[in-house]
Amino acid sequence: MLLFIAKRLLLAIPTLFGVLTLVFFLVRIVPGDPALVVLGDQASPAALDALRERLGLNKPVLVQYADYLTSIAHGDLGRSLTTNRPVMGDMLSVLPYTIELTLASLVIGLLGGVPLGVMAAVKRNGIADWLARIVSLIGLSFPAFVSGVLLLVLFAIQVRWFPVISAPRSGDALERLRALALPAINLGVIMIAYVTRVTRSGMLSALGEDYVRTARAKGVPARAVVWRHALRNVLIPVVTIVGLNLGVLIGNSVLTEIVFSRPGLGKIIVNALNTRDYATLQGMMVVFAFAIVVANVLTDLVYGLVDPRVKTA
Amino acid sequence: MSAATTVGPARVSTWTRARGNPAIIAGSIICLILVIMALFAPWIAPYDPNKQMLGPQLADPSRAHWLGLDSFGRDVFSRIIWGARISLWVGVVATVMAMIAGSAIGIVAGYFGGAIDRVISGVTDILLSFPQLVMGLLLVAVLGASIGNIILAIAITAVPAFIRLARGSTLAMRERDFIDAGRALGFSDMRIMFAHVAPNILDEIIVMGSLWLATAIRTESTLAFIGLGVPPPTATWGGIIREGFEYLNDNYLLAVFPSLAILITMIGLNLIGDGLRDATDPRAPQ
Repeated sequence: MLLFIAKRLLLAIPTLFGVLTLVFFLVRIVPGDPALVVLGDQASPAALDALRERLGLNKPVLVQYADYLTSIAHGDLGRSLTTNRPVMGDMLSVLPYTIELTLASLVIGLLGGVPLGVMAAVKRNGIADWLARIVSLIGLSFPAFVSGVLLLVLFAIQVRWFPVISAPRSGDALERLRALALPAINLGVIMIAYVTRVTRSGMLSALGEDYVRTARAKGVPARAVVWRHALRNVLIPVVTIVGLNLGVLIGNSVLTEIVFSRPGLGKIIVNALNTRDYATLQGMMVVFAFAIVVANVLTDLVYGLVDPRVKTA
Repeated sequence: MSAATTVGPARVSTWTRARGNPAIIAGSIICLILVIMALFAPWIAPYDPNKQMLGPQLADPSRAHWLGLDSFGRDVFSRIIWGARISLWVGVVATVMAMIAGSAIGIVAGYFGGAIDRVISGVTDILLSFPQLVMGLLLVAVLGASIGNIILAIAITAVPAFIRLARGSTLAMRERDFIDAGRALGFSDMRIMFAHVAPNILDEIIVMGSLWLATAIRTESTLAFIGLGVPPPTATWGGIIREGFEYLNDNYLLAVFPSLAILITMIGLNLIGDGLRDATDPRAPQ
């Protein structure tokens, strides 16, 4: 297992390196002088020079690139152009909110999607199957901000069950849970759609396998055949879909945070976009890409746990 | 199997199956209405989408203005109809661009293999490491929000998925006898790749394209919602929702109507995409 982990981590290094390089050059193709963009037309030449000096813009591009790689290796994502605070510090201060939201939606996705997918496959073309199809179609069709706006209108403005502004830490645990509920449901419904689909199609093929027939012939109760024998083999595609959709989840969490006025990485990105704070944008892109590369590695490691054959392959 | 079907059995059965699929029929009807709306917007929309009316701002729906007025006193129904134009245009052009570029690159990678494949696959992996939406946001922020740049940004975020698909299908196709036959006949690599491999993987690319069309339209509306869409006063669905979102407490209907327009469009496109996928899936029951 250790060798498998080491091998997988080594494979991620070139990708990470490529990601860092791409982000660096993407941010530098911004038309115009970033110092001018930040300080505006009225800035004095001395102020512009000082900012260029601070940002390292007067150095050759390759030197800037080397500096950038060195600072990232030291965990330094640079400083915000607008607030001059370290991007890493800003990110770490809101990261718990984004992680809380993402985990809550994953839990909703798995708790809702796996049972629905299993029931849909067991009673194919039955009520559960139709329900599963409708839920997954609607879940996959909603842009996250559209479902967010509609949830907000329904449950925070029409019937006032949940707060309009979901900024937590405003009270006790129950209050925090209420604040988390709508954003988590918003993201969770999208996850349910993905998980239901994969579970359903995985179960349909698993239920036709020989080992399921053997288990049935041996007199194993139907419930145990489905939930213990067949479902275990569907876990790999479910893990894959959760891992692969982390990017979608991150994108949607950005939108959800905006709609529900929740602190988090999404708010930082949108603020940076509005103020043209390219240093923060660069830092956030690095963080997101890192998260996805790490999630891919973790997905592979979970394969190893779920299916022992993967480790030896 | 008739003589006609032996010429291209997979193709005929795929599209015959697709025609009878209820999901595709339902999705096609929705999309047809949308296309008509977009094409004939000047005749269907009761008012100029940018004309400010004399009625009260944020007015509720009425007989004169079916879906009410926005904060500038513009007719929301007309703006939604005109918004379909932008959504469809951006979605279709970006998806077709990504399909053509991604498939061509993917076929080259799969066909030649070796170092070319390693480089292309490596770059694809890197591009796939970015969340699609966040990448789109950054590209539009960098390039500037104009309709051309938005199309380009959405296409760039979609290209890696098509590269991966076309590469995988080409790898499988490369081992087939008719490719060997082409080589034995002295066909050039270009001719084999684009006259023989490409038509045979077209089904899969079109299915993926139909699913990506929904993603592209969703991305366009999302960019507009964040404020990085086609600049105002052009009517876009995401832009109308953004405006409605600011007045959620005064008149939430302004955000709800364009939301429903996007939702119905997404459902229509996903019905077609899912139906096509089922029809082209060899494991699906015949």
